Amino acid sequence: MLSADLGIILPEIILAIYAMLALLGAVYTVKDGAASLLVWVTSGLFLALAVWIGLNGAGTNVAFNGMFVDDGFARFAKIVILVSAAAVLLMSEAYMTRRGLLRFEYPLLIALAVVGMMMMVSAGDLMALYMGLELQSLALYVVASLRRDSLKSTEAGLKYFVLGALSSGLLLYGASLVYGYSGTTLFSGIIQTAVHGDLSLGLLFGLVFLISGLAFKVSAVPFHMWTPDGYEGSPTPVTAFFATAPKVAAMGLFARVMHDAFGAAVSDWSQVIALLSVLSMFLGAIAAIGQTDIKRLMAFSSIAHMGYALMGLAAGTAFGVQAMLIYMAIYVTMNIGTFAFILSMHRDGQPVSSIGALNMYSKREPGKALAMLVLLFSLAGVPPLVGFFGKLYVLRAAYEAGLAWLAIAGVIASVIGAFYYLRIVFYMYFGQERDDALDKSGSPVLWGMLMASAVIMVVGVVNLFGIEGAAAAAAATLVN
Amino acid sequence: MDNLLSIVTFLPALAAVILLVFLRGDDEAANRNAKWLALIATSATFLISLFILAQFDSQNTGFQMVEQGEWLLGLQYKMGVDGISVLFVMLTTFMMPLVIAASWDVSHRVKEYMIAFLILETLMLGVFMALDLVLFYLFFEAGLIPMFLIIGIWGGKNRIYASFKFFLYTFLGSVLMLVAMVAMFSDAGTTDIEQLLVHQFGSESFSILGVQIVGGLQTLLFLAFFASFAVKMPMWPVHTWLPDAHVQAPTAGSVVLAAILLKMGGYGFLRFSLPMFPVGADVLTPLVLWMSAIAIVYTSLVALVQEDMKKLIAYSSVAHMGYVTMGIFAGNQQGIDGAIFQMISHGFISGALFLCVGVIYDRMHTRDIDAYGGLVNRMPAYALIFMLFTMANVGLPGTSGFIGEFLTLMGIFQVNTWIAAVATSGVILSAAYALWLYRRVVMGDLIKESLKTITDMTRRERAIFAPLVIATILFGVYPAPILDTIGPSVEALVSNYQTALAAAETATQVAVNH
Repeated sequence: MLSADLGIILPEIILAIYAMLALLGAVYTVKDGAASLLVWVTSGLFLALAVWIGLNGAGTNVAFNGMFVDDGFARFAKIVILVSAAAVLLMSEAYMTRRGLLRFEYPLLIALAVVGMMMMVSAGDLMALYMGLELQSLALYVVASLRRDSLKSTEAGLKYFVLGALSSGLLLYGASLVYGYSGTTLFSGIIQTAVHGDLSLGLLFGLVFLISGLAFKVSAVPFHMWTPDGYEGSPTPVTAFFATAPKVAAMGLFARVMHDAFGAAVSDWSQVIALLSVLSMFLGAIAAIGQTDIKRLMAFSSIAHMGYALMGLAAGTAFGVQAMLIYMAIYVTMNIGTFAFILSMHRDGQPVSSIGALNMYSKREPGKALAMLVLLFSLAGVPPLVGFFGKLYVLRAAYEAGLAWLAIAGVIASVIGAFYYLRIVFYMYFGQERDDALDKSGSPVLWGMLMASAVIMVVGVVNLFGIEGAAAAAAATLVN
Repeated sequence: MDNLLSIVTFLPALAAVILLVFLRGDDEAANRNAKWLALIATSATFLISLFILAQFDSQNTGFQMVEQGEWLLGLQYKMGVDGISVLFVMLTTFMMPLVIAASWDVSHRVKEYMIAFLILETLMLGVFMALDLVLFYLFFEAGLIPMFLIIGIWGGKNRIYASFKFFLYTFLGSVLMLVAMVAMFSDAGTTDIEQLLVHQFGSESFSILGVQIVGGLQTLLFLAFFASFAVKMPMWPVHTWLPDAHVQAPTAGSVVLAAILLKMGGYGFLRFSLPMFPVGADVLTPLVLWMSAIAIVYTSLVALVQEDMKKLIAYSSVAHMGYVTMGIFAGNQQGIDGAIFQMISHGFISGALFLCVGVIYDRMHTRDIDAYGGLVNRMPAYALIFMLFTMANVGLPGTSGFIGEFLTLMGIFQVNTWIAAVATSGVILSAAYALWLYRRVVMGDLIKESLKTITDMTRRERAIFAPLVIATILFGVYPAPILDTIGPSVEALVSNYQTALAAAETATQVAVNH
């Protein structure tokens, strides 16, 4: 019995053991001497695990009496998490070695965070949920303040930690209410209590607190306050990481809790999520307009994008979950490319993140500017780029669930949002040439990621590389 | 050739990719290569598109040369043409080589310029051929990207403002259409335009938040599409982006905008609004007709006081598009025939007028009407060509402008005499502003010092105008080729529209009697 359980959870175990062993081993090396190697090994391991999960996973397997669920949904999310984490790690290496930031703990902390994320999307129980969430968060608090000598970085880490602890408290309080009123922490048990009629008042309170805690993790408005400061203050590779894998994990967890534990009371949570969604879309779109720092702008952009992903979740249908998964996969791909671009922005060896520095960038590096142009239009959701299809899926999900008003609000927010993406295009293509130009960057990894991401955004129009079917199968295992 | 339409559509894009990937450098030779490749690609596209015209059977009112393939989300890649769209395809392929030839003197980022125009051609052709709702939307919206860049990079002084206004205005209009498309997808279960044309959308009235919606779902869908097409058209009062965009865009950009992009709105009305939501269209027809009538008179008056040549022509475009919407919503054979004819002929005429402005702008670098005067003395050929297109713009019999205006007025006269009367006064106003412009620019003595050395049109410029002159006069004297091509399809459209209205009428009667 135990061996069967362990067999199901094997990828997580391998990753956790690897992280701890490597941590031990690295202590015996010269200061950070093995860091580069560890980055490559860690991302290689991520990719290997992703391939393994993709090829080997079949059916729905439950371990530890339902605490851990390995189903199509979890596998889809895990693959996205692993691949994006690997991509971001590789991008970080190029950036961090140049600035002497790379420490051997960095890849290992990321590995531990990824273990936490994999737990999150597979959680079948409130305890497992909390364990995964905290493992992820603690690792991320540390990497946010990785640059110890920088005031901004430590501030970002601290802010993230304090607000994260607060949200964990909210979430725990909600979990305790849910446990108190349903008598179980298992999702499969909680859903039984709601089968007959509506949720009891206590459960409803618990649900709202749970949603608040989760909304913090996906940085949905009104729980988004940490995002701009966290994004701006953290070292850029860490920001890139924040914007990708943890968002997928948090959205996955969100969907899992809502459908596995409260799937019988869709109408109760759907309106709450719809509200979060519409607030996020509008705040993300409007607040980004005034930003001059591209990292801060990306923070608001990610808030807006989470709003769209939540729109799929608010639909409360299998198609909605499918739309959400596709949206997240596309979102992550776009963000990897965009951050590869941001990571390569530097002048005289110093990283630059002001948008104004991009003036007439297209003159000096037409290839990279063009790739960024594609990504920006894709982020804005302009066809024929792939970002548009993400929007199309969630709009359709929302409309078919009777949330036409949400769909209309969403498209209007996307027009407002288009403005600030266009502003970057404006700087790159229409601006005036200036003397303090950005350096030409030489990192092939960053260049490759940027180009790959841009090409995917164009070529993906043909069939989205078949993720539609995979996402549909994944959604079907979660919602039935 | 089974996939003729796809070949025509994607040939320019292929050329753009070749330019993007293989053309290196920024020197004289690279620029020349970029220009020639673009010219060859657009000309080849035009020649191949002649096969479409040759294969097209105008008696067949269905879609022809259809290509179909699976796509994602239950959507399809489906292309085809019918009597309504085929001439727009031809107009696009016909204009593009001229546009490229007209931008021969561009010296600033030539390669990107050519790529932008080639991509734009693919997207415009796609709009007119797409037979899947979302595919249509894809091409329709994507066209904003190259146009945004064309205005923003190669535009005039105030180009930033104009490009942002252009993009956001049209984007806002179209996203509502996207929601409507999602709604249609849910309602009909398909995005295939051919099937949607026979699908009946609900027209029972219902109320939202206490507001009674006459015509129900159809009215709402119509309004959402209307938001998009009216901005694109552009109709008064959402036309304000057009003068800005026209004035700031480079000459070639203005030509494309006026000759082809504006036609997408009219095409959209004919493809979607009228046949798919007949009840909704009927409910809102009075509104649209009055908006058109106001547009004709109001923008003609505004054109009278303009001091910038491009702005004047831009306002005159809005007025001429007013005839188009009026003709379409007259809902009868003459009206719609006239509307399509007017769109095609306006493509030639307004394109040529913007080219005329371009000719003197290239020499003097100003578009102020006051900066000119007496050009006839030094530019006789120019004066002649400019006169022809001014007359065509006014709607002088014998030019193609006359046929379109006359047919739309005839169509509307059968429906609403008042609107016909108001619109006809627009003809007089158009004569006023166009002739006055001509007098101020071309006639009189050449007294301005700066104009003393101005030279007449070069051979290249004359060659660009030649096809436009021929088309304008040919279709003005002998409009039958166009009317025969569109006739049967328009007839089918009109009869379906009237049948659907009658059926809806009967259904309401039955409901009332019960």
